[in-house]
Amino acid sequence: MRRATWSEYQKDIADDKYYYARSCIRQNFFPGSERAFLNILSKDLGKDILDDPAHSSCTGIGYHSDIVPLETIMTVVARQFSLMNEAGYENFVTSCITSFGIYTEVLATWEEFPETEEKTRENLYKATGREFTKPKSLAHTSDIIFHFRDLIADKAVRRLVNRATGEPLKVVEHIGCHYAKIFPKSGIGGSEFPYVLAGMVDSWGGECVDYPERRHCCGFGFRNYLVQANRGYSIANSHKKLESMAPYHPDFIVANCPGCTMFLDKWQYTIAEMDGRTYGENGHGIPVLTYEEMAGLVLGYDPWELGMQMHQVDVEPLLDKMGVDYDPSAKYLGRNGKYIGKPEAAVVNGCSQDFIYDIKV
Amino acid sequence: MERVIVIGGGIAGMKTALDLNRRGIGVTIIEKENRLGGKVLGWHRLFPTFTPANEVVDTLKAEVASSEIDVRLGTCATALTEHSVTLSDGTVLDCDAVVLCSGFTLFDARIKEEYGYGIYDNVITSADLEEMFNQGRVGLKNGGRPRRIAFLHCVGSRDEKVCQRHCSKVCCVTGVKQAIEMKKLFPEADVFNFYMDIRMFGPGYEELYREAQQSYNIHFIRGRISEASPTIEGRLQIKAEDTLTGRPLKISVDMLVLLIGMRSNDDNASLAESAGLQLAQSGFMAPRDLFLSNVRSNRDGIFYAGTVTAPKSIGEVLNEGAAVADAVTEYLS
Repeated sequence: MRRATWSEYQKDIADDKYYYARSCIRQNFFPGSERAFLNILSKDLGKDILDDPAHSSCTGIGYHSDIVPLETIMTVVARQFSLMNEAGYENFVTSCITSFGIYTEVLATWEEFPETEEKTRENLYKATGREFTKPKSLAHTSDIIFHFRDLIADKAVRRLVNRATGEPLKVVEHIGCHYAKIFPKSGIGGSEFPYVLAGMVDSWGGECVDYPERRHCCGFGFRNYLVQANRGYSIANSHKKLESMAPYHPDFIVANCPGCTMFLDKWQYTIAEMDGRTYGENGHGIPVLTYEEMAGLVLGYDPWELGMQMHQVDVEPLLDKMGVDYDPSAKYLGRNGKYIGKPEAAVVNGCSQDFIYDIKV
Repeated sequence: MERVIVIGGGIAGMKTALDLNRRGIGVTIIEKENRLGGKVLGWHRLFPTFTPANEVVDTLKAEVASSEIDVRLGTCATALTEHSVTLSDGTVLDCDAVVLCSGFTLFDARIKEEYGYGIYDNVITSADLEEMFNQGRVGLKNGGRPRRIAFLHCVGSRDEKVCQRHCSKVCCVTGVKQAIEMKKLFPEADVFNFYMDIRMFGPGYEELYREAQQSYNIHFIRGRISEASPTIEGRLQIKAEDTLTGRPLKISVDMLVLLIGMRSNDDNASLAESAGLQLAQSGFMAPRDLFLSNVRSNRDGIFYAGTVTAPKSIGEVLNEGAAVADAVTEYLS
């Protein structure tokens, strides 16, 4: 795809010294990814990044569910900035797309309506006795990986290439709505032709797939998912995307939002069980990766250290394509070799398909 | 002899210069391109009569060539007063009055990124289509014949998101004209026009709109396209809402034509500042009033003609050329 416009969307991304804000939900969905990000930054790239246990949730999901008022979330955001100031950092990096959207929105609101910033300062001081200065730069963690994509390519032990054929792997990239759809200029490449993930794929030897429903919602969508009665909309959206991308035979999907990554992965199992419809090679599903996992594989990390055993759709076919060495028997061994349990066999877990499945390859 | 400088050598500038020259007034035309003619040079046929555009431009150019009008090509005005115009090379030309006929800028369709102009091969603009007509090579990028063609109205017009709130006025009828031309070239194709309002303000326009539907079976759908994406067959999937039926719509087409609007020139602001002129909210120059002094600026001795003040049709532009010549003559006398 000729993404001619992405270079017009640039933002300042700091080169070093990051204050890291974790995600509430990524720890559960893809538990190895945040650790992988910290390792890549500190060990592979030699950067200074602080993983501060004192910071809290940004309360973004509560905010988008109308539970947390605007004044409250602004005060929570202000506290995070205060913690960053206290630790001596200026560059705020957030792991979650919802949080990134929240921080971007709050900073933009303060810029547009200075009285809200003053009120927030007052609220924070009253509640905690703290003061704060705004960050020098705000970035999502995928921005940081994008920023260092060429350095990572230099250190790569493998590329996004099918080892058997030498062909680039076909990758579906999907950005979270709150990355660029609220403030297009805050995302690399904007919202229509985002380049943050595509840039990584390009640099690491893969090939992005442009398909009709590329921009469509992944199916997370707070209103779709948080309201139980609406979950049918959630799976319908994921289904629409999967149906649209299937004819292009993608080797894997990569996303930069916790919700997108989880829903595109887990709904594949659900669709198979509900509808008998499965996707990917032999109907075993299309693996869904976080960008940290994709970077980790390129840098030679062990897939089980990256937490890839926690995926709903098995990643082994992709690992085999890329020529990744892994120990199948270690898949469900957690830290210190403790058995972490194994999911029931399903078509997306690589069990043999049978007649109930309508394989859409 | 009094001398008037006409800034812009499009149809407004040429018509103004000719009418002034006929009255014995010395005229200099300043044109930034290396030829006279302006935007109409890129057009193939004109609505609603399908008159070849070159008939209009060539006639005016021939009249200018056979007149005593001083034509300066490849230079533009960077500042002006009622008594002088400064050119890009620093030359200052003295004069007794100035007529600003610097026209408009076509909206850059790449700004509406969701339509994929510049990214997908068969997403083109109305100006590109005229160029294809002029070259006699209309079709898909791969040389194929389109089976389904969509026109999208109001690209860069009436759109707050791209800071273009004004109506560009002529795109509606251009869309109808081009749809008919495409249907004539590709009778087997389905042609759709996606619009938010159809504004058929001029003589013969409404009749053309009716003819498009009755004689050419062109489909008009009230709804804007939200995005264009590629399909695996190399077509374009477009999504829209049919606001008359209240239903979302998704179809695949072979070609998407974006009817791009007219926006104000970027240098209007600096010219206005140099001369103390007023700008309209849209960025076009603001005439003294819209009724009795619509070709006069707020400064005596500086006049306007054509699309420098607002989007207009070719007929209206030519009328303004005549009107401004009257106003300048009255001012000089």
